[in-house]
Amino acid sequence: MNDSMDAKQVQAFLNHPDFQTLIRQKSRLSWSLAAIQLAIYCGFITFVALFPEIMHQSLFGGVITVGMPIGVAVILSAFILCGIYVWYANRYFDEMTRQVVLKVEA
Amino acid sequence: MKSSIQTMYASMLALLFSILPTSAWADKIDLGATEQQATNWVAIGMFMVFVGFTLAITKWAASKTRSTADFYTAGGGITGFQNGLAIAGDYMSAASFLGISAMVFATGFDGLLYSIGFLVGWPIILFVIAERLRNLGKFTFADVASFRLARGPVRTMAAISTLVVVSFYLIAQMVGAGQLIKLLFGLNYNIAVVVVGVLMVAYVMFGGMLATTWVQITKAVMLLAGATFMAFMVLQAYNFSLEGMFSAAVDVYSDVHNTEGQKIMGPGSLISNPIDAISLGLALMFGTAGLPHILMRFFTVGNAKEARKSVFFATGFIGYFYLLTFIIGFGAILFVAQNPQYLDLTKMAETGKLELLGGGNMAAVHLSHALGGDWFLGFISAVAFATILAVVAGLTLSGASAVSHDLYANVIAHGRSTEKQEMRVSKYAVLALGLLAMLLGIVFEKQNVAFMVGLAFAVAASSNFPVLLLSMFWRGLTTRGAVIGGTTGLVSSVVLIGLTKAVWVDTLHISATAPIPYSNPALFSITIAFVCCWLFSVTDKSARAAAERAAFDAQFVRSMTGIGASSASDH
Repeated sequence: MNDSMDAKQVQAFLNHPDFQTLIRQKSRLSWSLAAIQLAIYCGFITFVALFPEIMHQSLFGGVITVGMPIGVAVILSAFILCGIYVWYANRYFDEMTRQVVLKVEA
Repeated sequence: MKSSIQTMYASMLALLFSILPTSAWADKIDLGATEQQATNWVAIGMFMVFVGFTLAITKWAASKTRSTADFYTAGGGITGFQNGLAIAGDYMSAASFLGISAMVFATGFDGLLYSIGFLVGWPIILFVIAERLRNLGKFTFADVASFRLARGPVRTMAAISTLVVVSFYLIAQMVGAGQLIKLLFGLNYNIAVVVVGVLMVAYVMFGGMLATTWVQITKAVMLLAGATFMAFMVLQAYNFSLEGMFSAAVDVYSDVHNTEGQKIMGPGSLISNPIDAISLGLALMFGTAGLPHILMRFFTVGNAKEARKSVFFATGFIGYFYLLTFIIGFGAILFVAQNPQYLDLTKMAETGKLELLGGGNMAAVHLSHALGGDWFLGFISAVAFATILAVVAGLTLSGASAVSHDLYANVIAHGRSTEKQEMRVSKYAVLALGLLAMLLGIVFEKQNVAFMVGLAFAVAASSNFPVLLLSMFWRGLTTRGAVIGGTTGLVSSVVLIGLTKAVWVDTLHISATAPIPYSNPALFSITIAFVCCWLFSVTDKSARAAAERAAFDAQFVRSMTGIGASSASDH
């Protein structure tokens, strides 16, 4: 591959405190959001499998059940979690990355 | 007379408009054998307009496709928003549209449950792999998997699993296309398969990724517009009262099925065994993140930021689409289930059940007629076919790049081939894949191919995904671990699917009961793959393994910063 970094430069990144901060924050956000999404989905289907009767309960006394808004909420959660990540990454991580690269390469 | 006109028409189509890509449309939905319907000229006319338009796109794209980077990734010049639409166009198959709306029509809430599984993989892709993938790869996901591992074995393994995934997916698409055309356009099955094959080869061979992308975008816009119109009309009929619409649908459902209709407002039999449910969920989630034609789309944008935006938009479009199909399914209960015009009364007399003309998957198609008459029916039929074309084009391009970029340029020629040679190989590969797809489409006409998309997802989840994920996140992964883990994932997922009821009993008719009690065994093959990757890496004491572990740091810094990543400017 077109490796444009030598071992010294790689070490410079790994040792730079700003780079370490970036990695820490970014991993924390990515893995938290991924865990939330997995928990929402797996929790949802496990709940459906184990307690289908709760999903069948009427929400407001009409035909619409408790399960409907929950199902729609799972769909919306996917989009909202993506939105949170993109907003955060655009707002903070891109600039942090740019700064780190400037500092290390200086 | 009629059939000679049909033949003439089809050969005209094939000759004049040989540039359309097809879409993933048979996700898991069984069309079964369908009956040929009367020739639908409005639908054919609308489809011709679409084909003409996409051929113009292909001509334009061909004039811009010069280098291998243009061919594989449209030169990296697609924006995040465009790529989001194209991903949605690649992913929203005719099976999602017809199949999931049909599932809602038949079972209500279970259709929603099923579609959710197809959506939740996208956020995971965004959070975990999208940006690193873009920063490390160039044309194929094997670029990433083999970044610090031995090129030969890892790329060979990745190319084989790509071709397996692509082949199963393509068969499902081709058979689906043939059945759909028979139904919607009233053309012969084989003609439909040939038209799809010829168009997809033309799109990909001449227009490469640029044409494929714009065909997918066009199709996504048409599908979203058509589905939005249908859902709007359904809701409008009930003054936008959801309670009003659902309660009317429950009444109709009770009537026509002679049952307690309220049951469709909650979960039915789709998810009853938690292990099966989690396993299906993981196969869909990790499978999405391992589909080679989807992963390839991330290299069409300029940088990690655009890759990130792509997934955000794609998730929005796909989620919106699944909400629409839910309303469309209920709309079909309201406007189709009681209208004798759309029912197969002869068959109903035999089975005593509700039977739609043309089969269960026609719910959305009949609804389009009920809501918008012949013209809207024609439009939706053309959209359904365009959908297939958009998906097969993406699949073909991905399969061809596995052959030309991974196997030929990197393994056989050891990276010493010229761009021109690589391009020539890729075009032969497109042609070969097109012929193979047509042949398999014809061979499998009478087969139940419903399990094949599920199989493609299971292989992608058990072979591509573990290797890709570990190569980016785990320093310890070595070539030996990746190759053995990926191969066991591939083999075990295929074998385990073969032992399920859907294949063992329903397709191959080997015995009356299946050897394993699960319908979605991906949970086990995914676990086997991860365990093998880990085990055969940690026990690898070779010097090469040590060098591969040491190379992780450089890969890691590049994946986080994008330094050295291939960009739109390097070609």
